[in-house]
Amino acid sequence: MANTRTTPSGTPTNVSQKHAQGGIGESTLRPDGTLKVTGEFAYSSDMWHEDMLWGQTLRSPVAHAEIAGIDISEALALPGVYSVLTYADLPAEMKNYGLEIQDTPVLANGRVRHHGEPVALVAADHPETARRAAAKIKVDYRELPVVTDEASALAPDAPLLHEGRDDHHAGHVPHPNIVHRQPIVRGNVEEARKRADVIVEGEYTFGMQDQAFLGPESGLAVPGEDGGVDLYVATQWLHSDLRQIAPVLGLPEEKVRMTLSGVGGAFGGREDISMQIHACLLALATNKPVKMVYNRFESFFGHVHRHPAKLYYEHGATKDGKLTHMKCRIVLDGGAYASASPAVVGNASSLSVGPYVVDDVDIEAVALYTNNPPCGAMRGFGAVQACFAYEAQMDRLAAKLGMDPVEFRQLNAMEQGTIMPTGQVVDSPAPVAELLRRVKARPLPPERQWETAGEGADVRALPGGLSNTTHGEGVVRGVGYAVGIKNVGFSEGFDDYSTARVRLEVIGGEAVAMVHTAMAEVGQGGVTVHAQIARTELGVTHVTIHPADTQVGSAGSTSASRQTYMTGGAVKNTCEAVREKVLEIGRRKNGSYHPAWATAELLLEGGKVVTDGGEVLADIAELLEGEEPIDLELEFRHRPTVAFDLVTGQGDGHVQYTFAAHRAVVEVDTELGLVKVVELACAQDVGKALNPLSVVGQIQGGTTQGLGVAVMEEIIVDPKTAKVRNPSFTDYLIPTILDTPSIPVDYLELADPNAPYGLRGLGEAPTLSSTPAVLAAIRAATGLELAKTPIRPEALTGTL
Amino acid sequence: MDFLRPASWEEALAAKAEYPTAVPIAGGTDIMVEINFDHRRPEYLLDLNRIALLREWEVGEEVTRVGASVPYTHIMENLRETLPGLALASHTVASPQIRNRGGVGGNLGCASPAGDSHPALLAAGAEVEVESVRGTRMIPIDEFYTGVKRNALAADELIKAVHVKNATGPQQYSKVGTRNAMVIAVCAFGLALHPETRTVRTGIGSAAPTPIRAKAAEEFLNAALEEGGFWDNGKVITPSIAKQFGELASGACNPIDDVRGTAKYRRHAVGIMARRQLVWTWEQYRGTNGRTLEGAA
Amino acid sequence: MRVNFTVNGRPQQADDVWEGESLLYVLRERLGLPGSKNACEQGECGSCTVRLDGVPVCSCLVAAGQVEGRDVVTVEGLADFARKREEHGHGGACGTGACGSAAGVSTDEAQRWSAKGTDSQTGEGVELSGIQQAFIDAGAVQCGFCTPGLLVQADALLEQNPDPTDQDIREALSGNLCRCTGYEKILDAVRLAAARQGEAV
Repeated sequence: MANTRTTPSGTPTNVSQKHAQGGIGESTLRPDGTLKVTGEFAYSSDMWHEDMLWGQTLRSPVAHAEIAGIDISEALALPGVYSVLTYADLPAEMKNYGLEIQDTPVLANGRVRHHGEPVALVAADHPETARRAAAKIKVDYRELPVVTDEASALAPDAPLLHEGRDDHHAGHVPHPNIVHRQPIVRGNVEEARKRADVIVEGEYTFGMQDQAFLGPESGLAVPGEDGGVDLYVATQWLHSDLRQIAPVLGLPEEKVRMTLSGVGGAFGGREDISMQIHACLLALATNKPVKMVYNRFESFFGHVHRHPAKLYYEHGATKDGKLTHMKCRIVLDGGAYASASPAVVGNASSLSVGPYVVDDVDIEAVALYTNNPPCGAMRGFGAVQACFAYEAQMDRLAAKLGMDPVEFRQLNAMEQGTIMPTGQVVDSPAPVAELLRRVKARPLPPERQWETAGEGADVRALPGGLSNTTHGEGVVRGVGYAVGIKNVGFSEGFDDYSTARVRLEVIGGEAVAMVHTAMAEVGQGGVTVHAQIARTELGVTHVTIHPADTQVGSAGSTSASRQTYMTGGAVKNTCEAVREKVLEIGRRKNGSYHPAWATAELLLEGGKVVTDGGEVLADIAELLEGEEPIDLELEFRHRPTVAFDLVTGQGDGHVQYTFAAHRAVVEVDTELGLVKVVELACAQDVGKALNPLSVVGQIQGGTTQGLGVAVMEEIIVDPKTAKVRNPSFTDYLIPTILDTPSIPVDYLELADPNAPYGLRGLGEAPTLSSTPAVLAAIRAATGLELAKTPIRPEALTGTL
Repeated sequence: MDFLRPASWEEALAAKAEYPTAVPIAGGTDIMVEINFDHRRPEYLLDLNRIALLREWEVGEEVTRVGASVPYTHIMENLRETLPGLALASHTVASPQIRNRGGVGGNLGCASPAGDSHPALLAAGAEVEVESVRGTRMIPIDEFYTGVKRNALAADELIKAVHVKNATGPQQYSKVGTRNAMVIAVCAFGLALHPETRTVRTGIGSAAPTPIRAKAAEEFLNAALEEGGFWDNGKVITPSIAKQFGELASGACNPIDDVRGTAKYRRHAVGIMARRQLVWTWEQYRGTNGRTLEGAA
Repeated sequence: MRVNFTVNGRPQQADDVWEGESLLYVLRERLGLPGSKNACEQGECGSCTVRLDGVPVCSCLVAAGQVEGRDVVTVEGLADFARKREEHGHGGACGTGACGSAAGVSTDEAQRWSAKGTDSQTGEGVELSGIQQAFIDAGAVQCGFCTPGLLVQADALLEQNPDPTDQDIREALSGNLCRCTGYEKILDAVRLAAARQGEAV
């Protein structure tokens, strides 16, 4: 019966990897690779439990409405339905959640603020039963006027998205429909402008991008004997979820036991809660395991998106090409709930100048509350939108000055020692000019690459591809460049840390290390790197990766390009402590036999304790035989940061900066407005490539997401109704393999002395510069200004 | 929902007569999306997968008969000589996996203006063979599309095959989408030269409530080719003829603005495709162009 | 309704199937074969690709009732399927009988493959098909959600065309979306598998 439960199928287990060398710097292969290619790797949607029910969410069909009433009687009466929950059924005092500001209702409380907001939940014995029941819930919506942009959000009679705000930004924002505002002022723009020989002003628009991870939101909640719940889920940050889930369930955190299931990509879209709380509520209400799996349609409503933005920029430069000043205003649309908007504002403002030296700046970034879909974290996080705009400005400035766009950028490129607009000194390598040099020096792909031997045309190599729209007619090539700057890790004074537990023991005569963290492996290869670090630090060959769960301390989020730095750093840190324990045991057992135990620098290598001179002192397995396993759990922190001043924006707010540059080569069918990206070369400084194969894979993947938002990806929201018009993979297009070019990668390894192994977080930077490089190339091919991304064929053909 | 599994064509017709609301499912590439996304809950699904004759094709003297469920992959691979326009159109359908399942019958049954095969069928000239327990009839393709996602089928009829005229001259097909593969048509255009009758035919997709022909463009081009003696002298088409043909094709459109594109762009793009295809087909007709389109069909 | 069909060589029976269920749902939720992935359920991503009577199809768009009496191969059976194909020669494991003949491939086809790692010993004792091993070796797997569908599709490509050009690979895989890799390492993997297949002939 309900209380005799077995472990659900698909429960994550240890993955083990043996590798003779396989330390850092090598392209070792994924420890979960075999599971993933055989279909055995259990993703969150693969979980299955005897006797489980299916959860379904009823979502609002309108963007803004009062809910005058909800009638669940017909839904409850449907055979096979076990539970129907609304706001009235929420068990705890706390009924909201949120990453930073708890403004998001678990279920709508008398009002919906965006299209697709969850209103009610159903648990039933089959997904179809649950869907039919949800359709039978009668909700009386009384529609309200919608707020969709800055003008309507700040109008005198604008409806307030959140009345009576008491969050910590409420006191300093100029209007309650502004989530957060961050100005940054340095130098004197008015004076500096007088030195400018040319001034370029621009207004840019960045569309709403979706993370479009392939594995939709899903998971399984299993009620426990103790009144708690076991939750198997795909997320980016288990402990952040836990902090938000437990209070609304009315449970102490220890009664919500979370385990990371297989994660089908994330890209920021899993930083917020989706189905986690809902599945737990249904499981606790029915006392049965409940599985929830969004389909692609629901997934578009199930997570936050990248903030669409309006960006207003003014730059000045002297006639010899030196930037004099920059003034900008960045308006991000945060949608109905705060999510990560405040931090996105911090990034957008503090990185708005780009990787350039500009002493006089006047910057303002805001995020709005509107009735549009909530927006939050996505790869690049605030820096992406700014990069699109400032790189367009750089090209226009160079053109106005008659300079080469790369040389102009190099002339103004920041370097180690440059002072950021926030006053922070860039204190590690910043090879911006060198990255640009590298992508420019690369030979260009051959012209008319679509031509085949017999004078024919391979349409697959042409704009339009398989659709056979051109055989070369109207096709013009363009080349464009861009470079960007991104911060790594959580900024602005956030206590950003990670935890790693490492256990070293002898199993079958062999020293085996087990690494246990709560790091969400979302595909980035953190598990590969953890095994490499353990091998390097402990000299073992056999490493086991424990599933990520909340039985170990927080690893922080798999976002902000931070996991190799932070949880990699934590694994290194704990391994070093374990190594000390090994050496203590060695000294205790063997110290009297060899003076080197006391005097030499000792290492663990190839299963041995060796001196830095290479002399073998002991076999690790023999040393540990008969000893208790060494089992340590330690936290690791990066250097502290501070919040930006709310008036001047000054403060050492960031941990580390990271840079990438792209050169895009495109071919545009100028008559039809179709684009083929032919090559998208990237150069990036990664500090230290812990796993070169993974490094290149990250850069290519990030580059492609930038390409997507350059030429096709946009969630289209109707400005009159605030409803999403294209929530499907039929109409929200992401690049196919025929849209994605060759992506040659050139990475530098200039160590950051502050970071573990000197590494530099790398996942996001390529997403920044890829988009403006493609846009620049299209502008070069067409001569058009193109101030909005993604560009549509209409924009290239004057048919908007 | 009931799932009807007729083992033969006769059983299928009987089932459709008994349950006229039954929705036929063959490749499933449209109806299953609607079911998965909870857009539609038909009372009956009528599975046509077990009916072998729907997957057969036959190349005749003048006409090729293509069973309603012949997968696009087979059309691409086997009928590129006789039905080049339809083969090209088939190659633009969705993805290889979808082309392995979907067939022309589904396109005709759904009668979406965005169906990829329609412009090719309109340009080539075709008849749709439909059958019910009452008998068989042939519906000329020009009379088949009756409204947005509506066709000339009676409630008890099923599509058995499409009879397409074998090409006697060059045919082309293009569609515009905002991705280089796997995309639903923003708009599409097909052109077929019929040297034996000295006529041309066209088809336009996704730029009007139904698939249509650009009749004014056809008439203009028929006259221009005749007047200039082009069919006999094999001269290069003049740019002004190509331009005007494109403009007339554009003028035939009656498109809407939607999430995939603006009406203005659709008109524009149809004009460009028409102009280009006229040049491609005519050059091919003149025999001067050895271009082969690798990967195009 | 009840559906009987063969999956990865084993007869299977699913009971109480709702008529609107897809083959994908039946595989994943009723037969304990969740390897085929449910990423879009609208035929746009290819993650659910299986062989149906030898033909690669999106299993999300096949109604469960349509597979009665038919033969399905999923990623879970891919290694076995590939092994039998090798043992019985081409066509032996190919349901369509339309499989191409094997021809030699030069190792040049592995043009830009440069993975240095050689030893993923997690798979000790696990039999993998050539394409599966190549995906691991080339770094073509990140989150892995697209991987099962890509493997089934790429395996079918190499069965038909053992020596594909880059554009052939791109065309064959154009119905399989990947959001992590930017596809470069997937191309590398298919080139590598083709080259290794060629060497083995």
